[in-house]
Amino acid sequence: MEPRRKRKVRAVVLLTVALLLAGALVYTSFSAATEAATPSQLVAAAEAGRSYELTGKVVDGSVERRGEGMRFAVRDRAGQTAIPVVYSGVVPDPFREGREVIVEGRVRDGTLMADRDSLVTKCPSKFSEQKKGSPS
Amino acid sequence: MEYALALLVLAALVTAFVAIPLRRDEAAADAAEADRRAELEAAKEAKYREIRDAELDFRMGKVSEADHRTTDRELRAQAITILERIDALGPEQAVEAR
Amino acid sequence: MAAVGSACLFVGLLTAVYAVGASLYGALSGRRRWVDSSRYAMYALAALLITAFGVLEVAYLTSDLSFRIVVQSSSADTPTFYKVTGMWSTQEGSLLLWVLLLSIFSAAVLRATRRTMRETVPYATAVLGGIAVFFLMLSVFAESPFTTFANPPAQGNGLNPLLRHPAMMIHPPMLYSGYVGFSIPFAFAIGALITRRTGADWIRATRRFALIAWTFLGFGIMLGALWSYSELGWGGYWAWDPVENASLMPWLIGTAFLHSVMVQEKRGMLKVWNVSLIIATFVLSLLGTFLVRSGILSSIHAFGASTLGAPFLAFIATVLVGSVVLVLVRLPSLRTEARLDSLLSRESIFVLNNLVLVSVCFVIFWGTFFPLISEALTGTESSVGPPWFNQYVTPLALVLVLLAGIGPTVAWRRATPANLRRSFLVPVAAAAATLVLLLALTPAAESVPSLIMFTLTGFVLAVVGQELWRGVGARRTMAGESPPVALVRLVGRNRRRYGGYTVHAGIALLFLGVAASSAFVDQRDVRLRPGQTSEVGDYEVTYREPTARFLDDESGTGAPITFGAVLDVRHLNGGERFTLNPARNYYAASEGGGPMGAFGRFFQGESTTEVDVRMGVRRDVWMAVQPDLRALIDPIKEANRRFADLPGDAQALVLAAIVERYRSDSPPATFRTLVSPMIAWIWIGGGVVLLGALLALWPTTGARERRVTSVYAARLGRELSRA
Repeated sequence: MEPRRKRKVRAVVLLTVALLLAGALVYTSFSAATEAATPSQLVAAAEAGRSYELTGKVVDGSVERRGEGMRFAVRDRAGQTAIPVVYSGVVPDPFREGREVIVEGRVRDGTLMADRDSLVTKCPSKFSEQKKGSPS
Repeated sequence: MEYALALLVLAALVTAFVAIPLRRDEAAADAAEADRRAELEAAKEAKYREIRDAELDFRMGKVSEADHRTTDRELRAQAITILERIDALGPEQAVEAR
Repeated sequence: MAAVGSACLFVGLLTAVYAVGASLYGALSGRRRWVDSSRYAMYALAALLITAFGVLEVAYLTSDLSFRIVVQSSSADTPTFYKVTGMWSTQEGSLLLWVLLLSIFSAAVLRATRRTMRETVPYATAVLGGIAVFFLMLSVFAESPFTTFANPPAQGNGLNPLLRHPAMMIHPPMLYSGYVGFSIPFAFAIGALITRRTGADWIRATRRFALIAWTFLGFGIMLGALWSYSELGWGGYWAWDPVENASLMPWLIGTAFLHSVMVQEKRGMLKVWNVSLIIATFVLSLLGTFLVRSGILSSIHAFGASTLGAPFLAFIATVLVGSVVLVLVRLPSLRTEARLDSLLSRESIFVLNNLVLVSVCFVIFWGTFFPLISEALTGTESSVGPPWFNQYVTPLALVLVLLAGIGPTVAWRRATPANLRRSFLVPVAAAAATLVLLLALTPAAESVPSLIMFTLTGFVLAVVGQELWRGVGARRTMAGESPPVALVRLVGRNRRRYGGYTVHAGIALLFLGVAASSAFVDQRDVRLRPGQTSEVGDYEVTYREPTARFLDDESGTGAPITFGAVLDVRHLNGGERFTLNPARNYYAASEGGGPMGAFGRFFQGESTTEVDVRMGVRRDVWMAVQPDLRALIDPIKEANRRFADLPGDAQALVLAAIVERYRSDSPPATFRTLVSPMIAWIWIGGGVVLLGALLALWPTTGARERRVTSVYAARLGRELSRA
């Protein structure tokens, strides 16, 4: 095959491979993703067994530590609707009542059963949020 | 006000400083030519480095003698072209006053 | 003093505007004096910003509470190291740091190129000046570090306790040096495009800056990972968090750039690719700077934790669109000078390496921005987690390490197939031997990706070893030197090559650490009373006794109260014995009163994990403790009742007594223990990478000037033999 044709073939092969990989990437990202939700969204219409990523503020006075785990309630950033959360695992250092948190889990009987180590708390300063647990 | 004073002093200092080159005589040397010479010198050094690299590759056994001869010949021919172009620029102008 | 600082910023802004104008005027009119003047303006800018920086540091060191940012991030009793570095924990201070570094780097490159590249430099100056103008406008009009209080408060807030770790404070200057460093080759690329001098000159002039930027950025990322491991309570070093990803993406594209420019230098190929890469690197650097402070990703719906979100995005968009248009317009000047001679060449390996790096960056980009993408495409916001990232990055990382071993073995231009096969004999044999040993002696087979990675690490190290060996052999043939002398001369005369090989070896070691510690970590979370024992991995851990310290912080962070534990750790199959002392620091809540009363507030503020790790070449034992403070509720209530009205000094005595109760009551505590095999190799590998980069950066003695003489070929031969 003369050089020009060879180059064209190479380019086509590379492009096809790239598109296939990109396609796989895009597809799996949609199927593997966790939906974000606020407390009012979860209280209104949570699907049982489905994984959600809840964001909101920790309700003052709702934090109870029991043994190795803890319970607390999360409310909408700008509202009062709250949902209770049962959590076990690493508690990030900035975690306090009134702070904004992100936690993943499934809803059962109106309570979010959080995945272990999935609690993230937003640092009150404008810089890096604090990380959660679970490397993989 | 402290702020206005600081502003004036700093602005004056900076203005004086950036005006220094403006008071020099306009340099006679042609910018484009000086650039071209420097470019060619840099390209020459890079080409020499390539030739040495190719020889090291050969001595380390990464290429056969035949392949190295081809590469070396190509590189030397390119180096000679660069040297010719440097010479074509003519003798180097006197270094301009800084 | 704040007025002086403020004035420095404002005059600095005017100076930067002047630099842009003078350089463009000088370039378009051909009047060099104006270009020189614009260079002087950039020098002046650096001086002004250094002064402003100095004013701020003095304010911190003297705890001048009339400065708002000093109140925000420091206090009289903050340890000195954190006073000096606290400036960049604030939005305003970090912006100033960014533009300060930009001005210093710009002054350096303009001084270095003052007699060369006369057509390109004016435009590069204009670009650098323009970037400085943007950041200075933000500083002067939106987030000035010199805002003062008319009535200063009595006390500062102190540095956020979470940031009180040396790595966390050195991390921003390192990252910013990286981001800023990449603006230099970017500016010169733009200049090269405008003036159509698209040969390799702009690359040669800025090569060192690109490498310095890459090194700083990589080091900054490492420091962040180290901080996460040794300071946060989860024991990991990388979470695919948007903020982490934001710094990794420019580093990956920067790595691709460092490789592909070598191809342009040698063969005049990949011109469009190279300018695109540096534009992407710089845009990603800006994006990284922006993401950390905008809150658009970590906070899901709010746009902007600050007012800077919109201007930053506008600036990034302008830079991106402007650069792309410029590249398209100048496509004719970017025609390739040569074609790939052979697929079996280092050039083609570099192209593969670039493809892999860009793919990794694309994966990370997609995953990081997925919340925004999914919201735009489907109306629901969702996000992907570490498992998704790992699924794609792991195989790509394996290919990358493989290429890092193949690249050094292949010759430039064209490699002879037979010679190449011979060159792979020893490294492949070494890799096979590694594989066999691993299968026979270790449980490595339990994780196939890790097994492959370990084998590839063996492969890369063998390749680097072989390059040194053969190189020494070649020098002995060419120059008859003894082995030690040959080694020194070999590396000394080929610093870029062997610096690069060292970096490859470091990366292989780093991935070895990543693979081993991810796949074979043992973790246990357990609640223990003093005297109780637990088993993790190959270790037995006994909770000996609690510790309590008042105003006696060991880690130098200035924390008032520290509760911890002493644990005895014993290896189950050997004599190894040591103790670990994890602890937790407690700071007072700034709001007085509160639910726990006057004394309770000392335990209600921020608290930080003080991890204790026993690092080792074979494994790390990592421990964090969460003390149970419920035992103190009664003493605190009693103290509130009886002692709330005492003066401050007496209250301190009561507090000390409460703190001591924790130790004497010996309540249970929750512990997280991790035994991570070979995790130290991540830091060791990083250190080797740093050494390699320094070697590659080390300046060679100046090019020997040679006069033009008669016969070219003979002269060429003569000149080469003097090398």
